[in-house]
Amino acid sequence: MDANRAADRAHPGKVARFFEAWPPLTLIGLAWIALMVIVAFGADLLAPYSFTGLDLRARLLPPVFMGGKWTHPLGSDELGRDVLSRLIMSIRLSLLIAFFGTLIAAAFGTAMGFVAAHFRGKVEALILMLIDFQASVPFLIVALAVLAFFGNSLVLFVMLMGLNSWERYARIARGLTLSANEQGYAAAVRQLGATNVRVYGLHVLPNIASTLIVSMTITFPETILLESGLSFLGLGIQPPLTSLGNMVGYGREYLTRAPWIMLSPAAVIVLTTLSISIVGDWLRDRLDPTLR
Amino acid sequence: MLRYLAGRLLRAILTIFLVIAFAFFVLHLSGDPAMMILSVDAPPESIKAFREAWGLDRPLWVQFLSYIGHALQGDLGNSMRDGRPAAQLVFERVPATLAITLPAFALKLFIGIPAGIYAALHRNSWADRLTMMVSVAGFTVPSFVLALVLVLVFSVQLGWLPSAGSDKPTSVILPIVTLGIAGAAILARFTRSAMLEVLGQPYIRAASAKGLQWRKVVVDHALPNAAIPTTTIVGFMVGTLIAGAVVVESVFAWPGIGRLLVSSVSNRDLAVVQAILLLVAATMVTSNIIVDVIYGWLDPRLRRGGARGR
Repeated sequence: MDANRAADRAHPGKVARFFEAWPPLTLIGLAWIALMVIVAFGADLLAPYSFTGLDLRARLLPPVFMGGKWTHPLGSDELGRDVLSRLIMSIRLSLLIAFFGTLIAAAFGTAMGFVAAHFRGKVEALILMLIDFQASVPFLIVALAVLAFFGNSLVLFVMLMGLNSWERYARIARGLTLSANEQGYAAAVRQLGATNVRVYGLHVLPNIASTLIVSMTITFPETILLESGLSFLGLGIQPPLTSLGNMVGYGREYLTRAPWIMLSPAAVIVLTTLSISIVGDWLRDRLDPTLR
Repeated sequence: MLRYLAGRLLRAILTIFLVIAFAFFVLHLSGDPAMMILSVDAPPESIKAFREAWGLDRPLWVQFLSYIGHALQGDLGNSMRDGRPAAQLVFERVPATLAITLPAFALKLFIGIPAGIYAALHRNSWADRLTMMVSVAGFTVPSFVLALVLVLVFSVQLGWLPSAGSDKPTSVILPIVTLGIAGAAILARFTRSAMLEVLGQPYIRAASAKGLQWRKVVVDHALPNAAIPTTTIVGFMVGTLIAGAVVVESVFAWPGIGRLLVSSVSNRDLAVVQAILLLVAATMVTSNIIVDVIYGWLDPRLRRGGARGR
């Protein structure tokens, strides 16, 4: 079998070569992510109804695939709000939170990793202790406590999402920076009189960026799952805002009478995290064969 | 080894202390529990009395020292809601949580590890592909979605199992299955990649080249080496026995630690939240230490080299 595959590789057709570089599953994943991004940006234009608009004459209408009408393609909830419009708004908010959460985590974590690797000694020990501390308590629990006691605001919530996974970046950035500092190029730039910010920002960072980007494809779905989990428990995004987890949590009360309220956001969560994981695996193979 | 363990233990105690301090200051700085418990428009006298009764009128660091002092004697304070000791309230819930997390843990081990090993030994077979597909789902399907889909199928459509509560003996099945499936998928993935890594090593080729039966190569050479990375994940799962079921308990209205946490968080019951955080941190830290000890037992190199494992 291996011999066959080797022969295939020696004389691949154009189509085969294309799919070798871009596996079909990856293409589907990329297409889904693109769709989600378009939906997030065009939410206001795409939503057929206002996501808070009530229509008491059109309550609990089933979606098209369960025998409903095209006026409400994904059905409506018990206040007559259009599920599709709510879904579109939820996708926007959930992606926005996951995006900024991941960005904060990556920026903060990488900076901490640089600081640890640069100063060594006590500073490094302190940062390693913080990493240990983060690993010793499940973050969902910390987030629950902080949210409920501090009250909920969107800004605080996004910051919390960012705190969830900074330690992954900190560990990676520290390790890679330690080895980069041993290599010639960092020492050379430093000898030329570059400032620390310049050395780390313009020379070390580009060299470790691929590993960090791959990590982002891991923490992005994690952030979506954490956000939806907290919102599902009623401690994340608060009405009138709506997010994917929030919709599932709300739809759970109508599980027997109107399962579609909960099914469509659940499907979007699963498909989105799945797509990002598949694309992330593919990116990892392309960018960074050492990571596994 | 002994020095290594002592250092590890010291770090563990420090971590737990940090968790306690973090919980204490975050929870106390975040607002006035008197307002929450008594409602905002309570008369000032009763708010003042409440603060005095709970020692909330003292400076924060005095409160913290007295909390630590009492905690060292095993007194974690009383619940502000019903006045009972927080530790007692929390420990009452432990059996209910363990009743679903322990069987789920067994499910993870007995499905996840064999599936991962089988998949690795039959790489690229249909069984391998199936295992990988299911395990990707284990990463990407949130537990509340899995739980609700199971409820939809087995309670709503088929009517076989109760959808929530803890009054029937069959109530326990869906929470266990929800927790078990997701964990087994994750464990299978890790076991598979650990096995594949080991199977690619030169010593495996050497062992089969000297004419050893394949079965013996796998059992004596591959499995012990693949056990090391797998132990890390299993250890992490032990650590989540107490706190890993917050969402699932909430979906199934299961009266365990997770629901106590969610309800005491919304009630601002400081002492109970702190006691739960302490218990969770202690479980995680203890399981980490156990994992480190098992490492030393599995891998003689680590035993001699001290803390090189990190």
